[in-house]
Amino acid sequence: MIYLIAALKGLVLILLLLFTFAYLTWGMRRGLARFQIRLGPNRVGPLGLLQPIADAVKAIFKEDISVANADKFVYWLAPLISFTFALAAFAIIPLGPKGSIFGIDPWVADLNVGILYLFAAAELATYGIFLSGWASGSKYSLLGGLRSAAGLVGYELALGVALLGPVLMVGSLNLRDIVDWQAQHGWLALWQLPVFIVYFIAALAEMGRTPFDFVEAEQELVGGFSTEYNSMKFVSFYMAELLHWITASALIPTLFMAGWHAPFGLPEIPILWLFIKWLVFIFIVMWIWASWFRTRYDVLIRFAWGVLFPVALAWFLLTAYWVASRGGAA
Amino acid sequence: MSVYSLAKALGITLKHMFSKPVTIPYPSAPVPLKPRFHGRHVLTRHPDGLEKCIGCSLCAAACPAYAIYVEPAENDPENPVSAGERYAKVYEINMLRCIFCGLCEEACPTGAIVLGNEFELADYVYADLVYGKEDLLVDTVGSKAQRREAEQTGKPVKLGFEVPYVRPELEGVKYE
Repeated sequence: MIYLIAALKGLVLILLLLFTFAYLTWGMRRGLARFQIRLGPNRVGPLGLLQPIADAVKAIFKEDISVANADKFVYWLAPLISFTFALAAFAIIPLGPKGSIFGIDPWVADLNVGILYLFAAAELATYGIFLSGWASGSKYSLLGGLRSAAGLVGYELALGVALLGPVLMVGSLNLRDIVDWQAQHGWLALWQLPVFIVYFIAALAEMGRTPFDFVEAEQELVGGFSTEYNSMKFVSFYMAELLHWITASALIPTLFMAGWHAPFGLPEIPILWLFIKWLVFIFIVMWIWASWFRTRYDVLIRFAWGVLFPVALAWFLLTAYWVASRGGAA
Repeated sequence: MSVYSLAKALGITLKHMFSKPVTIPYPSAPVPLKPRFHGRHVLTRHPDGLEKCIGCSLCAAACPAYAIYVEPAENDPENPVSAGERYAKVYEINMLRCIFCGLCEEACPTGAIVLGNEFELADYVYADLVYGKEDLLVDTVGSKAQRREAEQTGKPVKLGFEVPYVRPELEGVKYE
């Protein structure tokens, strides 16, 4: 019975995420258009709201072309890996207090090792990118995959070490505990401001968004790792990419801004406050996307190893000293 | 690269976000045109109703694209069509050849042929794009295709542009 409920919750979450993905493509195009003083897609349906449906129909009915040089099995597997693990990461994010949605807990999994699970899922999703780059049998794809691998070594380390400070402070890897701790003691974004910034920058690199979107780099690499993909296989890469954005925008508030708890003592409504914080981060990422340049990937690696990682490590040691001097986590 | 310039970039895009989009959703909203936009030609009339065109063919001579054909005829003194000795019995402009340069307008000694602002000339058949006198004279509103559609649907011709004012050379033309 427990498994059945978990499976049903998972299904609902997946459908919700796919719906969010579909309308994020619309919102993203409309939003970016506004940043560029354009209108964006507004022809299909009122305000262009049916555009995602038209896009889906188009993608499904496109001919599915394979590449002669491709390693067939891996070529097929890569988009699936990318897409599956991008979905998986959202499962542990709590959307509200226990039993708040018709007596059901608004999360799919309540893991004691939540943050480790998060890293595992995020890391595995990037395997999809390497594998597609390697299996496509095209040098553009290979270069895209290579860049992704090279970047990963840099930013993942900073991403991981940045979270050590908050984890030490809270004394738990469980996301629910982290959220509840923040409701009592205040936002971790204030307690842990330097690593919050480090985590945000590394998260931008992880979701492959400007200024670190060199994995795709249309201008130089014709689309990078996804060059040789089309039809639904391309769409699953696209989905994975946007799902990383969706997940990271929900994760940053959860980890650093008290998640579903209302700020400034406002009334608590499950999902609503997390949704508002999520929207804020979706907007910030889009804003950065519309404004900034793309860095070279060696610049990111130097930045990640030379600035992000030392800052995160130093802050971790400082937090560790502070926690130890108080005799354990708060 | 500095934090200041990154912040400045964010400021610029945010400012853009709150400004009016430059996009004109053309078929559903009119295009704002400058009054001197070179569009479809108009054959103007004098205030007393006589045609200005005297059938001299100077426009045809000036036309770099050989788009104009004029066939003059003598005016009946009792019932004149134009203010001069002769008038244009046939006046045709091939809109497929025309490059909308306005040299006909410059060559015209009486100011009869003037380039108006209408530009929605697309049509299905080549022959329909040869505009005769009845299509060019000042009272006609809309291109052949627009007028045909208006006739079929029973609605008035809807022009897809707006001009701040109609320039005085286009005597008697009204764009609504």
